[in-house]
Amino acid sequence: MRATGGPDVAVGDELLSVENVSLSFGGVKAVSDVSFDIRKGEIRAIIGPNGAGKTSMLNIINGFYHPQKGCITFKGQTRARMRPHDAAYGGIARTFQNVALFRGMTALDNIMAGRTLKMHSNFFWQLLRYGPAIREEVEHRHRVEEIIDFLKIQEIRRVPVGRLPYGLQKRVELGRALAMEPELLLLDEPMAGMNLEEKEDMSRFVLDVNDHYGTTIALIEHDMGVVMDLSDRVVVLDHGIKIADGTPDEVKRNQAVIDAYLGVAH
Amino acid sequence: MDILYKIFLDPFVQMGTAPDLLVQTLWEGMVGGVLYALIALGFVLIFKASGVFNFAQGIMVVFAALTLVGLYNAGIPPFLALGLTIAVMFGLAFAVERVVLRPLINQSDIILFMATFGLTYFLIGFGQFVFGGDPKVMITEQLYLPKGTVTYKAFGGIVSLQKLDIAAAVIASVMVAGLAVFFSKTRIGRALRAVADSHEAALSVGISLEQIWVIVWFAAGLVALVTGIMWGARSDVSFALDVIALKALPVLILGGLTSIPGAIVGGLIIGVGEKLWEFYWGPLIGGGTDSWFAFVLALVFLLFRPQGLFGERIIERV
Repeated sequence: MRATGGPDVAVGDELLSVENVSLSFGGVKAVSDVSFDIRKGEIRAIIGPNGAGKTSMLNIINGFYHPQKGCITFKGQTRARMRPHDAAYGGIARTFQNVALFRGMTALDNIMAGRTLKMHSNFFWQLLRYGPAIREEVEHRHRVEEIIDFLKIQEIRRVPVGRLPYGLQKRVELGRALAMEPELLLLDEPMAGMNLEEKEDMSRFVLDVNDHYGTTIALIEHDMGVVMDLSDRVVVLDHGIKIADGTPDEVKRNQAVIDAYLGVAH
Repeated sequence: MDILYKIFLDPFVQMGTAPDLLVQTLWEGMVGGVLYALIALGFVLIFKASGVFNFAQGIMVVFAALTLVGLYNAGIPPFLALGLTIAVMFGLAFAVERVVLRPLINQSDIILFMATFGLTYFLIGFGQFVFGGDPKVMITEQLYLPKGTVTYKAFGGIVSLQKLDIAAAVIASVMVAGLAVFFSKTRIGRALRAVADSHEAALSVGISLEQIWVIVWFAAGLVALVTGIMWGARSDVSFALDVIALKALPVLILGGLTSIPGAIVGGLIIGVGEKLWEFYWGPLIGGGTDSWFAFVLALVFLLFRPQGLFGERIIERV
């Protein structure tokens, strides 16, 4: 399970680091001077109250936003700005806070879309559905079926995703990201709006992905129980500023974090 | 009573007593319909992939045909001219993506729509500047398109079919089948649909919007070229064709903006309906119904089935 491009990073080494990154929209500072790193093979949580700049941070990592200051190092390559296409090509996949699926397409086609960058057959073979194109399609279909099995969504593969319940949509979205065979998987609130059972399912999938595929995961989550159980290390943002960074236990005891979540008397 | 008889019974009596005329009318309607369908197809392609309603599709038909004829008249052999025209349509797709779509990324639909108006007027001006404004003759023979008629004795009379019309129907069918397979079965087709559904999700899986837009505008350009050749062979190649392209709008309303089969069926319904109406009911009101029948039919459809016959059902979870 290896993404294309760039050198390999050993488990435990720094896979991605964010240095002194600042991003503002007009006068609003979304992220100011934030630095942290993500190590190969870990589950890294990004938490913080509403409006802390968590999603902006994810958008920066995945190339949707370009920070005004600071730089990002991914697999040893440092750059100030990266296009989403480059991020995807380099092995960064993501899911979205408000589920961004291709609603008119089936679950299967959605996940197949995640294979886009892995498919190379010639345009004309594809039109004819012959030769290399058909071999490639079969091969990728095989990989996609593995992911479908892994996520236990066999029975919905032919259903247009617009009709699926929310929990399953989130699972299909995860499947699409997995189909990219990412090195770094960004999950934006994977459990938002789910009931307890669905949350437990999703937590298990996140752990399994990390375990089974060795994928490094960065996730944003609001449910503290989930965060503490899943993650190896946690970075806490508040109003665009990093206020804590460490293991779940360290973070839990950090006074600044407690204040940010519970509020302090001024 | 007499007027009611003329409206509701007499036309059907005529159809029954002279079936050869009926068949002839149906055929002519179908051929017209195929060409409407081709123009509508160009609209659907671009709308499906980029959500842009491309007002310039009609003028792209004229522009493609003019380029082909213009190059031939400049002394280039016909098939080389055809190849060069295809290259020009690719260049146009590339330029549109660079100059029009890319700077307007994330703008609302109406702004992109207006931009295609701009494109329309640019293409009219540019076409006239390069090739002149006078009507030209399509190079039908040089491209080995058949001409003449086939005549059958059938239905108690004579039915005659233009060979060119038969060729148009065949070519259109092949092209539509190809596009349908392309859209549903290939990686690029899947990427096209993905872009149509969600830009940000498409970006996140590494689909390049720029590339997809060039491909889809190029495909629409090719459809425009084929349409231009077929229309041009039936009349002249002139900017008046642009008006006919407006007939594609009712076709789209009937078929649904996002459906390729819809464009075809919609085109045929409009083409056949228009001819039947003109032939059997037209004389009652002094003829000339061609220019409005399609639009009235579309209006009726809008009342009862606004998403069109095959348009995507609007799925909404609440």
